[in-house]
Parts: sequence; C-alpha cells; structure tokens
Amino acid sequence: MPAASMNAYVALAAILFSLGGIGVLVRRSPLAMLMSVEIMLNAANLLFITFSRVHGNLDGQVMAFIVITVAAAEVAIGLAIIVLLFRRRQRADVDEIAELKH
Amino acid sequence: MSLLFVIAGLLAIAGALGLVLATQPVHQVLATVLNFIGLAVLYLSLQAELLAVVQIIVYGGAVMVLFLFVIALLSATKELERTEQKGLPVQRIAGFSIGGAMLLMLALVGLVGGLEYDTAFPAVATEFGEVGHFGWALFTTHVFPFEVLAFILMVAVIGVVILVGRQKA
Repeated sequence: MPAASMNAYVALAAILFSLGGIGVLVRRSPLAMLMSVEIMLNAANLLFITFSRVHGNLDGQVMAFIVITVAAAEVAIGLAIIVLLFRRRQRADVDEIAELKH
Repeated sequence: MSLLFVIAGLLAIAGALGLVLATQPVHQVLATVLNFIGLAVLYLSLQAELLAVVQIIVYGGAVMVLFLFVIALLSATKELERTEQKGLPVQRIAGFSIGGAMLLMLALVGLVGGLEYDTAFPAVATEFGEVGHFGWALFTTHVFPFEVLAFILMVAVIGVVILVGRQKA
C-alpha cells in the first residue's frame, strides 16, 4: 500500500511545484531556471503517478513516462541554447537578453 | 502517514529548497539530484517500479550529468557565480512573495481539497505497475505515443547538432 493518504501526496506535489516556480521567478541564471522547470515537471509527474495508483489504471504512468522523455529532449535543446548564449556574450543574465523586446 | 513518506518527502523538499537557495551551480545540480532521489522513492511507494528506476537513470544520471558538463564547459570563465551575486532586491521580493502565495494556495488545496470524497487508496492487484505490466500497456494500448516519443528524441538530437555542432562553418 502507498505510504500516506492521497492528500499528502497531492500537497507534496503542490509544494514541490511552488518551490520550482519560486526558483524560476527568483533565479537569474538560465541554468538554475531550467533546473527549476525540471522540478515543476517532476511535481506534475508525481501527481500523474499518484492518480494512476488511485484509479488502478496505468494511463497515468504512461503519461509520466512521456513527460520524462519530453523533458530530456527539452533539457538537451535548452542547454544547447544556453551554450550558444554564453558563446555570444561572456555572461548570461536572463534580464539582459531582451533583443526581441525592442 | 508512514516514516517512508516523511523521509522521502523531506528529501524532495530539501532538494528543491537547495536549488532555490544555493549560489554555486554545482551545488544546485547536487540539490536537484537529491530531489529526484526522493521522488524516485515516492514513485516506488506508489507501485511505479519502472518509473522509479527511469527517474534515477534518466534524470539523476543522464540529465544532471548533462547539466554538469555544461557547467564545467562554461564556468571556466567563473561567470556563472557572478551572475547571481547582484540580484535586484525588488525582483527577489516579488518573486518570493508571488511564489509563496502560490505555495500556500496549492498546498491548502492539496491538503483540504476533496476531503468530502473518499481519499483512501483503493486496493489494487499486487502486479499493478510491475515492469511487465507497464510494458504491456506501453506497447499495446499506447504504442502510438511511444513512437511519437522516438520521433521527438530524434528531433532533439538533430536540433542540438544544428545549434552547436559546427562552430564556424
């Protein structure tokens, strides 16, 4: 049996999602922001797996599998873009990357 | 609420907090790995055996090593740390307060929401979520998303090679 009630899992996922959101809002290095997005995706995964167990249906686990794979692809592309950013300018502060705004 | 859930949950929260608060990029990566390990334990407690292993191998292993490679590649100039030093205080306060409000709201909803329904985990067959069971679902019912995933990974590889493959052609 699962180690806690369903509400505990949902609350934990909410806390992790919010901490990831705080990371995206507060940190200014693109690497830390990408890692925070990973934590948010993982919180969503925890919910998928929790409700998959609640309903006794494997669809949620398959969805979590899809999210993990897409997140891996996203990290690869995101890190490539960060490396390009660092090559172009010596430092990467997300507040200074505003060329598309003007 | 058993001891396992408390320990694994605290591990996951500590990892996320470490990511938000650490200044060194390498420390951030290690904190994120801590978070992923805690989550893998929770997946195991929810009978998602394959996903727990995939979480450790793909996330804790491959993705985080990719992050470490990029940090090693970039921090030769020591610029990564200086970026975080001069944070605008207004921005930090706004970020923390908005995020804190979101945390409070979501955690309240998670804790007390749906209490009028039956929130206990129903009993399922013991083979639920075993690797064979999961593989059967993945390769029969959900075989089309699986093929799409292969395509997405191929597009990612091609995209990375196009972006950073040739430096000055």
